[in-house]
Amino acid sequence: MAGSGTAHLRDEDDIVLSVRNLTVEYVGSRGERVFAVSDVSFDARRGETIGLVGESGCGKSSVAKAVMQLPAPTSGSIVLEGAEIAGVKGAALRRQRRKLQMIFQDPISSLNPLRKVKDIIAEGLRVQGGTSKKEVAARVQSMIERVGLDPDTAADRRPHEFSGGQCQRISIARAMVLDPEVLICDEPVSALDVSVQAQIMNLLEEMKERYQLTMVFIAHDLAVVKNLSDRIVVMYLGKVCEVADADDLFASPAHPYTRALAQSIPEPDPEAQIQEAALSGDLPSPLNPPTGCRFRTRCPLAQEICATDEPEVREVRPGRFAACHFPLDESATDEPPLDASADLDHSAERAVVA
Amino acid sequence: MSTGTEPYVDDVVVDDAGQQESFLEVENLRVWFGTPRGMVRAVDGVDLQLRKGETLGVVGESGSGKSVLSRAIMKILAPNARVLDGSRIRLDGVDLATVNPKKNRHLWGVDLSMVFQDPMTSLTPVITVGKQLTETLRYHLDLDAKAARAEAVRLLRLVGIPEPEKRFDQYPHELSGGMRQRVTIALAISCSPKLLIADEPTTALDVTVQHQILNLLRDLQASSGMSMILITHDLGVVAGRTDNIAVMYAGRVVEMAPTRRLFSHMRHPYTRALIDAIPKLDHPSHTRLASIPGRPPTIVDPPPGCSFAARCPSAQDRCTKETPTLVTTPDSERHSAACFFPLGTPEGDVARRRNIEAGVTAAGTPVLSGVTV
Amino acid sequence: MTELVQQRPGPESVTEIEAPLEVFDEHVRPVRRRRDFGALFGVVWIALVALAALLAGVLPIPDPNEVTNSFSAMPSADHLLGTDAIGRDVLSRIIYGARVSMAVAIGATSLSLLIGVTIGMVAGYFRGAADATSSLFVNFMLAFPPLIFLIAVVTALQPGLLTLVVALALVGIPNFARVARANTIAFADREFVTAAKALGARPLRILTRELLVNVMLPILSLALVVMATLVVAEGSLSFLGVGVPPPTPSWGGMLAAGRESLSEEPQLVLVPALFFFLTVFSFNRLGDWARGRVGRESSI
Repeated sequence: MAGSGTAHLRDEDDIVLSVRNLTVEYVGSRGERVFAVSDVSFDARRGETIGLVGESGCGKSSVAKAVMQLPAPTSGSIVLEGAEIAGVKGAALRRQRRKLQMIFQDPISSLNPLRKVKDIIAEGLRVQGGTSKKEVAARVQSMIERVGLDPDTAADRRPHEFSGGQCQRISIARAMVLDPEVLICDEPVSALDVSVQAQIMNLLEEMKERYQLTMVFIAHDLAVVKNLSDRIVVMYLGKVCEVADADDLFASPAHPYTRALAQSIPEPDPEAQIQEAALSGDLPSPLNPPTGCRFRTRCPLAQEICATDEPEVREVRPGRFAACHFPLDESATDEPPLDASADLDHSAERAVVA
Repeated sequence: MSTGTEPYVDDVVVDDAGQQESFLEVENLRVWFGTPRGMVRAVDGVDLQLRKGETLGVVGESGSGKSVLSRAIMKILAPNARVLDGSRIRLDGVDLATVNPKKNRHLWGVDLSMVFQDPMTSLTPVITVGKQLTETLRYHLDLDAKAARAEAVRLLRLVGIPEPEKRFDQYPHELSGGMRQRVTIALAISCSPKLLIADEPTTALDVTVQHQILNLLRDLQASSGMSMILITHDLGVVAGRTDNIAVMYAGRVVEMAPTRRLFSHMRHPYTRALIDAIPKLDHPSHTRLASIPGRPPTIVDPPPGCSFAARCPSAQDRCTKETPTLVTTPDSERHSAACFFPLGTPEGDVARRRNIEAGVTAAGTPVLSGVTV
Repeated sequence: MTELVQQRPGPESVTEIEAPLEVFDEHVRPVRRRRDFGALFGVVWIALVALAALLAGVLPIPDPNEVTNSFSAMPSADHLLGTDAIGRDVLSRIIYGARVSMAVAIGATSLSLLIGVTIGMVAGYFRGAADATSSLFVNFMLAFPPLIFLIAVVTALQPGLLTLVVALALVGIPNFARVARANTIAFADREFVTAAKALGARPLRILTRELLVNVMLPILSLALVVMATLVVAEGSLSFLGVGVPPPTPSWGGMLAAGRESLSEEPQLVLVPALFFFLTVFSFNRLGDWARGRVGRESSI
């Protein structure tokens, strides 16, 4: 995998967020250099949801933090509605933050345990300034209601009186009260129970429609990402593997890693065929990533060239971008249908013989 | 709706001989916890049977009591837990309540063992992986140092750890999460258990590693013939890997059936709602999910009535007044559900249709969009 | 069979419905049936001592420095706790002495808390150079034997209550700085601080609005324990004769004075010692109780 390159970026007017050549490196606790994100690019149209998916250590959360400038990335460009925000500081950055908000994974840890819900939600308006007290109160009130909580009882309570799902609603209200253009969601439902997860996913969809919101949705659960996204970016060890429309990606993966991911998902269907381990081994260390393609150490298709030459993201079929020297073609995962057609042929033959 | 293709219904009437066949039997298990707010009924009357060599999937959300159930079997409940009179857990015909863990040191750890969600629950950070394994082997199986080492290395290899001789001398923190879970599995199977309980064994792992670990458990079971209980919140994890599934809600089993039958003929509205709430990979993106209103409860002094009634789109007056018990469904001996208005039955369909038309259930809950008969 | 109910967009369709059941956290702690009588006693005792110290001027007690002609008398109706070697009322001296103890406990601890928490939070939040500098200062303070430091400061400056309070406050700073720093570091990692940054909050706002309250919970329980320590320290200094200069009554001074006639009139030592003991005990018990509470709060 390993994908540098920007072939998948779109040159259109309605691009709200454009991330180019984003690189995040930092010095770890033992002085070692960690390559968290290496040369990742993606863009998002207005009203579009971009899904970032990958396993732990793939750098998806680091991408989110870097886009949010928390802290600023090592290098790369982040253009929000035509304005560069990478490296912007102080008041100029604060003004941009109104347009760019984030929801976090841990519903409990992302809310200050000792502040009241109404103060937590009002914080953004107060920090940004320019809104009268009365107006702040009114907007907080209506936002609490809009995320599905009862404003009369919820406003004066503190986070520990709420369940995980309700805390996530409060987080959404805190971000949405600023009326942002782009909402970055970093694993917002992975800490929730299945029945509550669906509520929060539906709420995010509603918010997106109501506010014409552009979202970057990050999760490790492929089905969750697929459900919410229009376009998905698959990441591995700090690099982009594959970019495709949500509905096409898992149906016909082009990158071997995407295929392995798709085959590993436990489907709630007892009839589904369980594959033998789709991938062997563990993720290599981001301190010392493999040369060439970063996926080659676990890739069943790896050849010599994969160790020497890093593949760039390129259009391997129309609308499908992958960073692989040996991309899978569209029928690669359709083995069962192939067998079935063989059977059909036989029966046809038999029919003819008869 | 035919049961003709059901491979697991062997239609052996559960008579005395059938009882003998059960390897693990849990009868009316009740575990309550003393808390500042009163007695929490974590497990409130659970009956389960597990036969030799079979795998039982226990599915539930947080607070359903699924982990407390496993800890009760393992006798590792928290100090404030109380197992109520009348609860019975029998392993191979032996009532575990009558077994003294001090005198019978080799039941737990040998016949019965467990794998936890967090590998560090069963691993000590300051001792090498090899030493933790050999200590267990020497304690329970009385092996000498050399034999224990050889066996430990064999186990590490068996669970798919590359270079087992090298890993033998490493500390748990030097291993990745997946490798650590493999080590705890090696520990758990080191004394050839007859029953392995795996409590969310892959929840903390990535999907590709989860897949490897689940396959490993399946292979180990196939080769050793042990029974297994796989506890999880993820219906996908149990779908292809269990013989039977028990769905738990608020401390009770609400539905139990052979795996294929459960998915093809689900009777309890909760089971159905749980399945419907999961996003599926083969649905187009932006498919609106049928969410369940509210959240899983923790039960203190429950009023009479079904604990799911408040969230159930089928709820009728009766559901808020009487508590349903787990009863066998008419069309299969091995399928039972605790519901007055089971799905796929005439009374269940009528009940649900009535609620959809009224837009509200008898418990006062609005019927959410996407609810179907 | 599968008619789909029309979807209703808008907030009402996502309203979370509460199950009509008792609902709370799964990881509940065991019931603590027994009340903490030690802490209850502590509150009552400290309230009594503090009130007496505050109202010393208006209480119907003799002047603490008024000399009578009954020397080292045992308790009587005139002198509830007897008199000392030069005939002064012991109860009155205890109550006026409580002023010194309370001034030290509250004044020095507050001053120390204010400075220590500021240093600790700045160090813990900004890390880097601020952290290195404050660590140097804190370690320097900790390396100094506190009693020697106190004696040095008190003798170098004008002796008196204010000097004593300032000196004791200095001794307390490292404790507060360390605890504040550790807690700031722990909370600064939490996502709600990241969220505040994402909203555009400046460091000062994050320190005061997000972190301060969270850091103050453990700090307040520490403050009670520090109060106990400082009451002892004041006593020790007065006992050594470098505390509040006579004739201002203080418990340590009374102990020192009673020491000479310990075998003949043990009550002259025992009475202030008892007050000492109960006060320090109360502060410590309250500190323990508060620490237990904080543990529970932060586990929510």
